[in-house]
Amino acid sequence: MGEDPETFTQQDIDRSIAYLFPSGLFDKRARPLMKHPDEIFPKQQAVQWGADGRPFHFLFYTGKQSYYSLMHDTVAKVLAAEKQQVLLLSEGPVPQDTKPISLVGSRWLLKEELEELLVETISDHDYARFIQLMERLLSLPNCLSEKDFVQRYRKQLEIQSSKQQVAPLQYDENGVAYSTADGRRKTATCTVLLRDCGSGSISINGRDYLHYFPVLQDREQLMFPFHFLDMLGRFDGQCTVGGGGRSSQAGALRLAISRAMLSFLSEGQVESMRQAGLLTPDPRVKERKKPGQEGARRKFTWKKR
Amino acid sequence: MATRVLTKGGVLVGLCRLRQPRLVTAGYSLSGQFYATAAAAVNTAPLITEKTDVTDKILNIPLQTPDFFRLSELFSLQDLFDARVHLGHKKGCRHRLMEPYLFGCRLDQDIIDLDQTVEHLQSALNFTAHIAYRGGIILFISRRRQFGHLVESMARDCGEYAHARYWQGGLLTNAPIQYGPGVRLPDLIVFLSTLNNVFQQHVGIRDAAKMNIPTVGVVDSNCNPSLVTYPVPGNDDTPAAMELYCRLFKTVVNRAKDKRRQMELLHGQSATAPTASSL
Repeated sequence: MGEDPETFTQQDIDRSIAYLFPSGLFDKRARPLMKHPDEIFPKQQAVQWGADGRPFHFLFYTGKQSYYSLMHDTVAKVLAAEKQQVLLLSEGPVPQDTKPISLVGSRWLLKEELEELLVETISDHDYARFIQLMERLLSLPNCLSEKDFVQRYRKQLEIQSSKQQVAPLQYDENGVAYSTADGRRKTATCTVLLRDCGSGSISINGRDYLHYFPVLQDREQLMFPFHFLDMLGRFDGQCTVGGGGRSSQAGALRLAISRAMLSFLSEGQVESMRQAGLLTPDPRVKERKKPGQEGARRKFTWKKR
Repeated sequence: MATRVLTKGGVLVGLCRLRQPRLVTAGYSLSGQFYATAAAAVNTAPLITEKTDVTDKILNIPLQTPDFFRLSELFSLQDLFDARVHLGHKKGCRHRLMEPYLFGCRLDQDIIDLDQTVEHLQSALNFTAHIAYRGGIILFISRRRQFGHLVESMARDCGEYAHARYWQGGLLTNAPIQYGPGVRLPDLIVFLSTLNNVFQQHVGIRDAAKMNIPTVGVVDSNCNPSLVTYPVPGNDDTPAAMELYCRLFKTVVNRAKDKRRQMELLHGQSATAPTASSL
């Protein structure tokens, strides 16, 4: 087929299967697929006892052997840490330079993730007790040696701003830096071209923004990205906008301007813009009208008789 | 002489070796009644092999001496006293059926009679040793949070099983549904404390009695000893007493298993080399 077998990824496999076995079935899960068996067949517990009938695990008769075995091991570590603390205190009040385990940038596994790990169903109460016990382990001063054990039950959080794709800066023939971006809000779409001139003039569809947006609220929306980063007079904007109404056009422009400004900014500024909500597209659209009702939510007048 | 397989209400295959005729009876027993299956009328030659002889010898030799495992040397009355086994609860908590086991009452605190405790503990440990010798499953139960970790560690160290957690209703009575078909239930249940967290009798005692599983239980002065097969009157609240019981049970089980391995090696050798039998 002309494909390179060395660099054949799972995406390529999915694409090939969709091409070779075209299926008109609506449910994506019913279509033919080719994946690793671990992803298709859920993990099940193997037979728990040997030929003589004796179970393998010493906590088999509790019913939840993996969960209780995990609790047993954690309690053993807590007791060991407490014993060590007592020993150290008896030797004298030595200032210990033991740093606690760093928890920044990670979270505890969720109940579903823990169930997947243990291949067993656990209740909310069990999960709460497990988290409580781990917190207790972390509160002891000598827990640094159990760092690996604790990290197994914590999931690292991805830094959201690293997902942001920032386009590189472009330069025109005069050496002026510029960048373009798109934005959408309800049914309004727009494109923005920001130039690092220093004039601060913005034209929308060939007209000045003061004429295009007579209402103050729309102009505030337009200026907010510049105002947030204290770059009010720095950029020169050329925008084209179509569709929607006055407010949605203003919102689309704001999003496009924020996206265009990303190439001029540092990582920290990008993160602060993301946290301010300037880079999040507004997903709200007009809700459809339903039959038997006057509008999307409004019902017909209810008459008692 | 019939050899019985240790099963609970399952298929009972007995090799009845009579003079003549030689029959293999196959059937199943439910609550004492013996029902025959279709294969009962089969007349086959019995499997008298050297292996069954050796197994019979291994299983019967310990039954001939009263204290085959020499467990009386493991503890003395003084050890029990030092571990504060004689301390019961206050007079108001006393259970009527524990009165025969009490020595007396001092300043409103009940004192358990250690002479009786020694006898009961001796027979309980002996029974446990025989069960462990025959490869039975022993389940240690204690619902005391203070000693749960100790009980579980002890069970793991001697290769047996523990349950120191919340008791789900059908663990013994509804076992095939809870665990899966073909599960083997424990052959002995040892209660290191017969009460649960709300000072009521542990459900496991009643369930074990229902499922015909013998029980050994440490009964304190506020416990009901009636359904326990081998009650051991003693303290279940002090860490010293619990550590003593755990140590004793672990030693007993390990000793019994080591003895079994020893006997198998000994008699296995003598079976394969009948001329050079060393005993």
